[in-house]
This record gives sequence, C-alpha cells and structure tokens, in this order.
Amino acid sequence: MRFVKEFRDPHLAEALLARINHVAERIGHRRARPVTVMEVCGGHTHTIFRYGLDRRLPANIEFAHGPGCPVCVLPKGRIEDAIALAHRPDVIFTTFGDAMRVPGGRGSLLQARAAGADVRMVYSPLDALALARANPERQVVFFALGFETTAPSTALTILRAGAENIGNFSIMCQHITIIPTLRALLAQPDFTVDGFIGPGHVSMVIGTDPYAFIARDFRRPLVVAGFEPLDILHSLLMVLRQIEAGEARVENQYARVVAAQGNKAAIAAIERVYEVRAECEWRGLGQIAGSGLQLRAEWAGFDAEKRFAMQPHHLADLEQCRCGDVLTGRIKPPQCQSFGRACAPDHPAGALMVSSEGACAAYYEYHGVGEAA
Amino acid sequence: MCLGIPGRITAIVDEQAMLAEVDVSGVRRQVDVLCVAEQGQPLASLVGAWVLVHVGFAMSRIDEAEALQTLRVLASMDELAGELDAMRTSAQA
Ligand code: SF4
Repeated sequence: MRFVKEFRDPHLAEALLARINHVAERIGHRRARPVTVMEVCGGHTHTIFRYGLDRRLPANIEFAHGPGCPVCVLPKGRIEDAIALAHRPDVIFTTFGDAMRVPGGRGSLLQARAAGADVRMVYSPLDALALARANPERQVVFFALGFETTAPSTALTILRAGAENIGNFSIMCQHITIIPTLRALLAQPDFTVDGFIGPGHVSMVIGTDPYAFIARDFRRPLVVAGFEPLDILHSLLMVLRQIEAGEARVENQYARVVAAQGNKAAIAAIERVYEVRAECEWRGLGQIAGSGLQLRAEWAGFDAEKRFAMQPHHLADLEQCRCGDVLTGRIKPPQCQSFGRACAPDHPAGALMVSSEGACAAYYEYHGVGEAA
Repeated sequence: MCLGIPGRITAIVDEQAMLAEVDVSGVRRQVDVLCVAEQGQPLASLVGAWVLVHVGFAMSRIDEAEALQTLRVLASMDELAGELDAMRTSAQA
C-alpha cells in the first residue's frame, strides 16, 4: 500500500519522540499542569493505542480522546429507532458493521438480527442500493452514519437512486458534523484542552478553513493529521511547537490527502442533498445545535423517517456511564466506575466500548483492566 | 468506515456512471470516482492513480509529491541521519 510502511518507520518515530521530549521539557518549566492535546478523531485514537504512543509521551504531555467517532456518539434512542424499523417484515435494514453492536435501550442491531429482524451488514451505501435493485418487493433502508467523510457517499447514492427512480430505497440519516461540536466544547468554561490534532478524513472533504475560528477565537493550535504513527507524532510535535511559541494556527500535516480547500465535488454533493438539522443528539454530550444533517425536502422521498412515519425514541444515558466526560477529555476511561465491570467489549454499556475507535475499547484492549484500580 | 484504504485505479468500468475498478492490496472492487475526477479530463486519465477509498467511494487522490515532502521533513528530524550526513560530507572535504 502506498505510503503506509514509510509512515510507520520505528527509527523515525524515535527521532520524533526525542524532539517531542525536548519541546516538552522547555514548555514544562513554565506550566503547572500537563499540556493536553485532543485527538478529535477516533481513527487517531486507535493509532495512538495500537502503537502505544500514549505510553511514550513525557509526563507533562497528555492525549485527550475526542468525540470524533460516529459510532461512539450514536444515541441509544436512534438505535431503538433502527431496531424498530429492522423488525418491520417488509424491511431489509442495512448498516456498516461498526454499528451492529452498539447497545440501545434493550439490545443492539446484532441482537435484533438474532431475534429474526432482517439486518444486513454492508461495506458501502452502493451495496445497499444494489440490494434495493435486487429486491424490488422489499424496502431497503440504509443506516447513514458518519461525519463529512461518509456524508458525500450517502449523498451520491441518493442522487443515483433518484436518477434511477428506485422507489424501495431510503436512508435513516444520522450524518453529523464536527465543527459545531468542537465549538460547543471550546465554549465550556472547564474545557482544558490546549491544542488539537485535527481529523484527517473529515478535513479531506471540508478542507482546513472551517477550523480557523479555533485558532482565532479560542487561541488553540490545530494540526490536521494523517493516520499512521509518524503522522500522529509529527502533528503532536507541530502542536507543541506552536504552544511553546505562544502561537495558535491551523496547520496541515496530511497534505498528501488533504487540500486546503477540501474536495469540491464532495462538498457540492453534501450541499445538494442535505440541510442542517436544528438539533442533533450526541451520546454522552446531549443536544448540540446545528450538528446534524437531514435530507432536503426535495429528497424527502428517500427519508426513512418520513416514509415509515417513525416515532423517534429518546433515552437518557445511564448515570453510572461517564462517556461524556471521557469524550470531552475530563477523565480517562478507567476513571469511569463501569470500566471493565459493567462495561467491557463483550458486554458494552457505553458506545465508547464498542468500536475499536472508541477510547474505552482501545484502552481496554491495549492497557487492560489492571489500570482501572 | 472512517479509515480510508489506499488503492490503485486499474480500469474504468462505466464512464457514464463514474465507476472504476480499484485494486486494494490485491482485492478488486468497483468504486465511485466522481469525487476524484478532474473536470474536462477523460476518466481514463485516472487509471494508475493512487486514491483513498472510503465505503466504496474514492475520496481523495494521494499526492505523491506532498507525501515525499512530508517524508523529507521527517527524515530531516532524524538526528542520527543528520550526523551521518555530516560525517560523510566532512570525509569528502
Ligand atoms: S467504560 Fe463504558 S460506560 Fe464508562 S465511559 Fe467508557 S464506554 Fe462509557
């Protein structure tokens, strides 16, 4: 694979860690508390744990694992909605595999399938559309998940369904956007994150301009990063150098994939098909204004919520689950009393324990429960 | 779903529908290439290009020049390499 091995070179990783140590030492003298850098994206969280990068950092530098994992912020009520649809005898419910195990109020889509619902895992929304073509007597619903990374693919699939006039295809739209959520986090008075490692594949679509407010209004540096270990270390070093110099800028470490202006065709597809939802619920974080997408009126025919007159479920997060505090960097996973006890990968209570991009699942897999005590 | 996989475009399957075949580590699959097509260029010009594939869609071309540039920056941080370079050049002098 192109440029994968090169960005995993252990020798260069050591060189980067040495530089990170130098900068950390210089910053350390001037600060009472550690420097906290939030990796926004779950893909970055995964790389950090998989390569043990968090264990190699100097004592005064910490990662906080941010809310950029769409599966981890799926609200329970939406899972209940999905399960209710999947149980309709006329429906084939299709979803990315990641969402199958997310617990709702009374179980997951996987459990619904075991109970007889026709739930099928697909790799692409195009595969869901192909199922609709092949099964004209059934209704095929696609659970449309993800940030701007996957929003264009759902949009282009809707445009295709429209062009082919496929009447038995619809989506349950759970696409979300990261910018309003970052803004909401930054506005919280006790939000102590000093800088950001920015999401690489969201930025591939939206470009780097939308982050400008973080540097300008909130005086935090943000470096858009790739997903290999050297990308993360390099980006961390770039963030620390800005902090050391007292600067706050948006930088792009992932220029091999991310263009400053983003991807025009993808942005055009998003704008053509979706509009902003007034309110959108995030698991652990609650309602965040303007952070979700829904189909425009013109495409309402493909909206499963309208087609099946769905009654949305709203379920509160469990009190002993501290997913929200983990997502905002206030605590580390083992500080949640459910960690490794009521909540573990084979019986997840919170969604952060489900996906390998969730901070709690990654922590459990690579650090174990030993550190929970 | 959020992690793209790098693959190489091997053939155009349907010019009209913007579908191409991509080889991802030996696995071949049809992907939608609308987001990486360049206006005014025939799709055939994409054959051979490295792209990042997300859920069946090529979402970005992998820019070789930028990748090499980043790798150069990283290599320059390697102090040992710097020392070795210095040794080499001083031996030549
Ligand atoms: S351990 Fe489980 S309940 Fe606690 S924060 Fe993590 S995912 Fe949520």
